[in-house]
Amino acid sequence: MYHRYVVVALSRRKPNEGKELTKEEKQRLRKQKKHQKKQKERKNEKGPSETEKDKTPVSLLPPPQPVATQKAPSALPAPASAPIPVPASAPFHSSPAPSPADKPAKSKAELKAERRARQETDRAAKQPGSSSSGIKTKVPLSELNPVVKRLPEHVQVDDPAVVKRLAKKLERQQIPLRSDYGYKVSLFSHLHQYSRKAPLTQLLSIPSTVIHPSIVRLGLQYSQGIVAGSNARSVALLHAFKQVIRDYTTPPNEELSRDLVNKLKPYISFLNQCRPLSASMGNAIKYIKKEISNIPSQCKEEEAKTKLLTCIDRYIEEKIVLAAKAISKYAIEKISDGDVILVYGYSSLVNNILCEAFEKSRKFRVIVVDSRPRLEGREALRRLVQRGISCTYVLISALSYILPEVSKVFLGAHALLANGYVMSRVGTSQIALVARTYNVPVLVCCETYKFCERVQTDSFVSNELDDPDDLMVTRKGKTQLENWQDVSSLGLLNLVYDVTPPDFVDLVITDLGMIPCTSVPVVLRVKNLDQ
Amino acid sequence: MELQAVLMAAGGGSRMMDLTYNTPKPLLPVGNKPLIWYPLNLLERVGFEEVIVITTKEVQKMISTDPKVKLDVKMKLDLVCIQEDADMGTADALRHIQQKVKTDVLVVSCDLITDAALHEVVDLFRAHNATLSMLMSKAHEFTETVPGQKGKKKTGEQRDFVGVDGTGKRLLFMANEADLDEGVVIRKSIMRKHPRMHIKTGLVDAHLYCLKKSVVDFLADNKSISSIRGELVPYLVRKQFSKSTNSPKVIDETHQNLKKNDSNVNLEIQISSRDEELLHLTQERSCWNDHRGDMSDAYHGGRLRCYVHIMDEGICYRVNTLAAYIEANRLAPKLFDEPAVHPSAVVSERCLIGADSIIGASCQISDKTSIKRSTIGVSTTVREKVKVTNSIIMHGVTIEEGCNIQGSVICSNAVIGRGADIKYCLVGSAQRIEPDALPFETLLRPPCLRSTLTPTSTHRSTHTQCLFKQLNRNNTCLC
Repeated sequence: MYHRYVVVALSRRKPNEGKELTKEEKQRLRKQKKHQKKQKERKNEKGPSETEKDKTPVSLLPPPQPVATQKAPSALPAPASAPIPVPASAPFHSSPAPSPADKPAKSKAELKAERRARQETDRAAKQPGSSSSGIKTKVPLSELNPVVKRLPEHVQVDDPAVVKRLAKKLERQQIPLRSDYGYKVSLFSHLHQYSRKAPLTQLLSIPSTVIHPSIVRLGLQYSQGIVAGSNARSVALLHAFKQVIRDYTTPPNEELSRDLVNKLKPYISFLNQCRPLSASMGNAIKYIKKEISNIPSQCKEEEAKTKLLTCIDRYIEEKIVLAAKAISKYAIEKISDGDVILVYGYSSLVNNILCEAFEKSRKFRVIVVDSRPRLEGREALRRLVQRGISCTYVLISALSYILPEVSKVFLGAHALLANGYVMSRVGTSQIALVARTYNVPVLVCCETYKFCERVQTDSFVSNELDDPDDLMVTRKGKTQLENWQDVSSLGLLNLVYDVTPPDFVDLVITDLGMIPCTSVPVVLRVKNLDQ
Repeated sequence: MELQAVLMAAGGGSRMMDLTYNTPKPLLPVGNKPLIWYPLNLLERVGFEEVIVITTKEVQKMISTDPKVKLDVKMKLDLVCIQEDADMGTADALRHIQQKVKTDVLVVSCDLITDAALHEVVDLFRAHNATLSMLMSKAHEFTETVPGQKGKKKTGEQRDFVGVDGTGKRLLFMANEADLDEGVVIRKSIMRKHPRMHIKTGLVDAHLYCLKKSVVDFLADNKSISSIRGELVPYLVRKQFSKSTNSPKVIDETHQNLKKNDSNVNLEIQISSRDEELLHLTQERSCWNDHRGDMSDAYHGGRLRCYVHIMDEGICYRVNTLAAYIEANRLAPKLFDEPAVHPSAVVSERCLIGADSIIGASCQISDKTSIKRSTIGVSTTVREKVKVTNSIIMHGVTIEEGCNIQGSVICSNAVIGRGADIKYCLVGSAQRIEPDALPFETLLRPPCLRSTLTPTSTHRSTHTQCLFKQLNRNNTCLC
């Protein structure tokens, strides 16, 4: 089979090149034999197909063939490696072990590679410019190697190998490992669950030397909930990074652009241990790391530091403060006089919009819906009433009773995912669902820096578990759930986030304008092109 | 660097002069370790690497020369000496070391013995960006009888009134009974902001304070404050609610007014930090509030905050009275895991040593002795047939045969003669008890002219010509 094509290709060759070709041919033969020997070692099961290759004639060796044979062995490891990452990244499918899956996969990949090699020689034979075959053969190679993304460690807590890896990494960075607390509901056993009464600082030395004091303070504020809310957390993070940059001195023989990024890594692990990072924080960290690595090496330290500090200030100014102003401008167009607006929980952006609309003398009233255990709606209520807006306060259980009165629903978002789903405080999807049933428009307000490339269709895969003891309530001195840990069949679940499908969301108001939910990937692509 | 530790070891121990007239208070042995070892150990366990120790020249000399005073700490000790007779308060001492203070400070007193989790105090300081954070503990009644005191008497120690908010963490009110004329007076502004306040009286102040650097700078300008506990802390607690702290001041103005030499040089000017706008933005966007029910922002917009961590369980003692000293000796061994009997002590076979007794290094305990619930110091010699119960025996003491010591404190280098029967007494340093003496509830100290007991004398009396008569009324001295 193989050499038939070989014969066809050679017939076009000039006859007086025969003698030179024979020497080169001999060299190529030798190379080919070496490759074949390697192939024989690898695939001992495939008897008949190899004997075919041995039959290739000595004199007839076209240029494409060595490329093809060279490509074939190199194509083999590529598909062989492709199946290996797949089992590693899907620990939920625990049955297939990597080693037995390799051998049948290798043979299939081999066949594929051979077939492709034949196709390539075919194409090369048809076209006179055979040098391009080299480039063409590389294209399928990259298709064979998909970009393998590993799952983040904080959603694989039930996999002991991953936990061990994380523990080793933290030990290397000299950060204590925070241990999980209490019984976890089995559906969410792959997530961390920490207790507020066991802060990470009890395992650290008190004048913290490993971690910068402002980062320790930030971690404490995150874990105790003093800084809560996507925007507040990002601003606080950038503020702490500013302190770190101010106190940073480049060690000798190191470059600021590389060393500072390495210094920030343990801090980010520490903050992750205190409370899992939000999508907005992740984007802010990516931006800072990019800015730091873009600093030219001949830049002096002081100059570099001031440059970074101004970058951070500009980021906050543009992405948070000005974005809020732009979003309010768009949103106010959507608020008309006589509206009854429903908001859920506390969203700094939605509060901002409502206060600005009130200042622009729109007549509306607000219904604040709240839910346990965080009861963030109380704070939203306080700030709105302080401005003079007339408000009503209900708990989420009364949602279907008050929805007939509502004309619009404004929701905030923690992150907007790449498939158009909205990730927000737990309960938001319920609000959107019931609003859709009553045909009330749902508008989600979100800045573009919270757009995330993750894709999620349910709230189980990636979420955050808060302290289960928050669900305990003390009334008249009695706490019914005090000994919940002793009851073996009882588990307390305190979820923080949930995802709302784009069918329930009518409009997303961002600083780029008002877009439908499904346009999020477009915005992400445009952003990536900019960067 | 985040925090600097400052250990105050210059106090005189004025409430237990019987013990401290010869040995300075930081070096009094508690459980056979000098008193200063305990706070140093606490700081070392928590992770400090350097401590500034403010002490007197005498103590410094003894630490460096005396082999019995081994501090066994791996931290770097920066000893700062102050004059003994300068009568400096703790705040004056802080002012003295103002140049060395570069960050926030953690002030500890040398007489604190505790196993508290320090991170609780420091976490309050960090998380709420507080100006002051302190440690307090529920007071326990002292159960041991104190030698030299007739029965249980209360010196009428002034009570402290401590007011905390609903969470039990924020410090709203602090006053000592001595400063109050008629009753507890609470300002309306405090009640408006914190309508529910719990006032507690049975608390022991551990004298462990986390202070911001701006407070130390403030002290440098205000020379009228001399004691941290007595003046600075109540001042800070009051200042939380004063109008000037809470009025919305424009920050630019305050920066320009930094040079003003006003005696009420505003603490809040020094509190403002860089990037105030970002912190303000964070607080504005965050949905957290420390209280609810009224229309004000978190912390009521106040920038000066004082927090307290009140320990429920655990050991926390301040060894500043004799009763506390004895109690501490009983409980201190629980704080460290060294074996009760020091390996270098020579203990004979036929003696009975109770499980809760401690025998120091290089002791010699002879036959037929019984030691129960007691502490025997370093290089002490105990001869045959001695019964020691419930007592504290310091270093270098010689106890001859047949003695019976009960509930007493025998200070360093004393000699107890043969057959003496000592009950509930305090024998001062280098004193001699004659053989067959029977002192009962007495205190023996120099420089009484005749400080030896004659046999069969068992009286307790107050000797008016004693040079130490000014100490306390119930001081009994035998001359």
